[in-house]
Amino acid sequence: MQVTRDFSHYVRTAGEGLQHIDLAVEGVHCAGCMAKIERGLSAIPDVTLARVNLTDRRVALEWKAGTLDPGRFIDRLEELGYKAYPFETESAEATEVAESRFLLRCLGVAAFATMNVMMLSIPVWSGNVSDMLPEQRDFFHWLSALIALPAAAYAGQPFFRSAWRALAAKTTNMDVPISIGVILALGMSVIETIHHAEHAYFDAAIMLLTFLLVGRFLDQNMRRRTRAVAGNLAALKAETAAKFVGPDEISRVPVAAIHPGDIVLLRPGERCAVDGSVIEGRSEIDQSLITGETLYVTAEQGTPVYAGSMNISGTLRVRVSAASEATLLAEITRLLDNALQARSRYMRLADRASRLYAPVVHATALLTILGWVIAGASWHDAIVTGVAVLIITCPCALGLAIPTVQTVASGAMFKSGVLLNAGDAIERLAEADHVIFDKTGTLTLPDLEVMNAADIPSDIFALAGRLALSSHHPVAAAVAQAAGAKSPIVGAVEESGQGVRATVDGVELRLGRPPFCGAETLVGGATLDPEASIVAFSKGNEKFILSVRQGLRPDAQAVITALKARNIGVEILSGDREPAVKAAAHALGIPEWRAGVTPADKIARIGELKQRGAKVLMVGDGMNDAPSLAAAHVSMSPISAAHLSQATADLVFLGRPLAPVVAAIDSARKALHLMRQNLWLAIGYNVLAVPVAISGVVTPLIAAAAMSGSSILVMLNSLRARSASREIA
Amino acid sequence: MEILVILVPLALALGGAGLIAFLWSLRSGQYDDLDGAAWRAIADDEPPQQQQAPTSASASSQS
Repeated sequence: MQVTRDFSHYVRTAGEGLQHIDLAVEGVHCAGCMAKIERGLSAIPDVTLARVNLTDRRVALEWKAGTLDPGRFIDRLEELGYKAYPFETESAEATEVAESRFLLRCLGVAAFATMNVMMLSIPVWSGNVSDMLPEQRDFFHWLSALIALPAAAYAGQPFFRSAWRALAAKTTNMDVPISIGVILALGMSVIETIHHAEHAYFDAAIMLLTFLLVGRFLDQNMRRRTRAVAGNLAALKAETAAKFVGPDEISRVPVAAIHPGDIVLLRPGERCAVDGSVIEGRSEIDQSLITGETLYVTAEQGTPVYAGSMNISGTLRVRVSAASEATLLAEITRLLDNALQARSRYMRLADRASRLYAPVVHATALLTILGWVIAGASWHDAIVTGVAVLIITCPCALGLAIPTVQTVASGAMFKSGVLLNAGDAIERLAEADHVIFDKTGTLTLPDLEVMNAADIPSDIFALAGRLALSSHHPVAAAVAQAAGAKSPIVGAVEESGQGVRATVDGVELRLGRPPFCGAETLVGGATLDPEASIVAFSKGNEKFILSVRQGLRPDAQAVITALKARNIGVEILSGDREPAVKAAAHALGIPEWRAGVTPADKIARIGELKQRGAKVLMVGDGMNDAPSLAAAHVSMSPISAAHLSQATADLVFLGRPLAPVVAAIDSARKALHLMRQNLWLAIGYNVLAVPVAISGVVTPLIAAAAMSGSSILVMLNSLRARSASREIA
Repeated sequence: MEILVILVPLALALGGAGLIAFLWSLRSGQYDDLDGAAWRAIADDEPPQQQQAPTSASASSQS
């Protein structure tokens, strides 16, 4: 059977007989990588464009249509030492990019107008106290109007649109007072200018827009970057499946290109990427990710298989019943959307405050105008004061206080490999003071490791690794990986359910079950880890045993120490047998551990801790721990092996290290601190500024400066949430 | 004060030129890869004997 890779799903035509593909590339860090990749790819004939984007870690490639197979670029990048994956821009990301550009354009226009209007305003201010002619002043005012009115009409779009949407839905939001303030200030300035008055407020209105746009743009840009990283991540982890394109022909295609009714091939050692049912073949499958049951299930014709199942022994043909909605890409996108649109408790509070606040602002401004008129001021002065109140009370700082921290903190967490799944996870995680770890898959790695590699002569081990390459069994894969084997032994034969054998230089090599290699006696005599799987290797009459098991995460010990240093209690609750848990607890220096715990016991233990007033963070692997994850104050799951859809935890983390747990706690604590600080800053500003504005001593320009100042202060304060993640690594 | 007739349009024209330059740079994707651009400035020039030098030059102007 011939296997081809099919990338047509990702290739698009770029006009003029060119084709275009975007690749996400792992491990591009510096100028050296950039130059190496661009030169390496440009050297391929018929390539017309090879350009690396270092910010997004992507390569854009264009070539003459029909001349090259995209697979060639991926091979070339592999030769250069980079892993590349075809990349598909999600529509969500494209929207963010467009939105971000639009805001930047608005900001450019507004900033240009602000600078030029200010240039005209300053002579007017100084002229008012010296000897400026009224005609000159009017001329400058008209010039200001000429610049400010079209600029405000263009740059104000994001606010006017949002305000209009809110009004059309019969609600108000922050953008309503902003829009009214800007329009009122501009309209009044035009009337003032017509009446040859001394003051116009074009400068105030346009400056307000500029500073608000700075805030909007920063917020938007953070989201865009997070989304780009997520898109890459999804591409790097993109699952493929072997789809039958003819009776005997297989093509490796992305899961996104598989549709219900297709037939895919599932070989031993592969994880199934789709839901479906077996139509041919017989095998054992490991469904522990879905059901938590570690005993293998026999799959034969008609057996349903689910995405995430591992095929162990035989080859299966599977008819697909559901594909793309269960893919990692879909899940990461969903998680990210959750995180970005997260409505945390504080955010809801701030939102509600802003919503209640808008009518209050309008009423206050109106009352101020009426109050001053009743007190004997002219309508003109009263309206100027009213505009100042409207601008200065605009609750932007309050509205920015929580979302900016949340965006920055989730971005920082994302960089350390943590994704938020629940909106209020940051606040709850910040309060956690007791961590319960599950052992299997959490403190230990989900994949297998060879534990006694050091006891075996290295040449023998290397030989075993090469032999292991010929087997599809997961344990063999672990042996091959541990030995760093690259070239398989020619002529190796796999005996299903037993092992592999080959003959090299007249000596027979065997790797597999101990009886297959004649090594039962060795197994009986050795004291071995109760958890480990034993494989034997024989070279002629020399026999060795390899103990393969899940190893501890490389930085588990450092993480436990770091948690203790932060005065956070640590304990292990595991459903595993006592010797295994005890060994892990000793290795990590955790005095408190319980073995053989049922899910119900775990919940009882969490309840007990809760009663004592502890805020429990449960770190478990998502599937079998689901009930206890839900019972804890806040929960976290590793998702390196598991399919994301099973992630019920508030936060999930990716990759081999355990450090994201500490990083997330630190980020969350810092973020909560900043959220509180921001709320106080915003409320304090309004409490101080509003009475001053009502009293009438503030002009609209000063009001705009003060309001923008408070928003920028809050935003800069939020940016401090970024530094938290750097301290850990 | 007649100098204003020259100075004001001049100032506006300069400002407008700045704005147009900014909008052009935005449209031509100069802000798409800020990290990469920082490194490109100090990257070594490509060896002259290689033929793809014009290719990457055209690439830098269009993406």
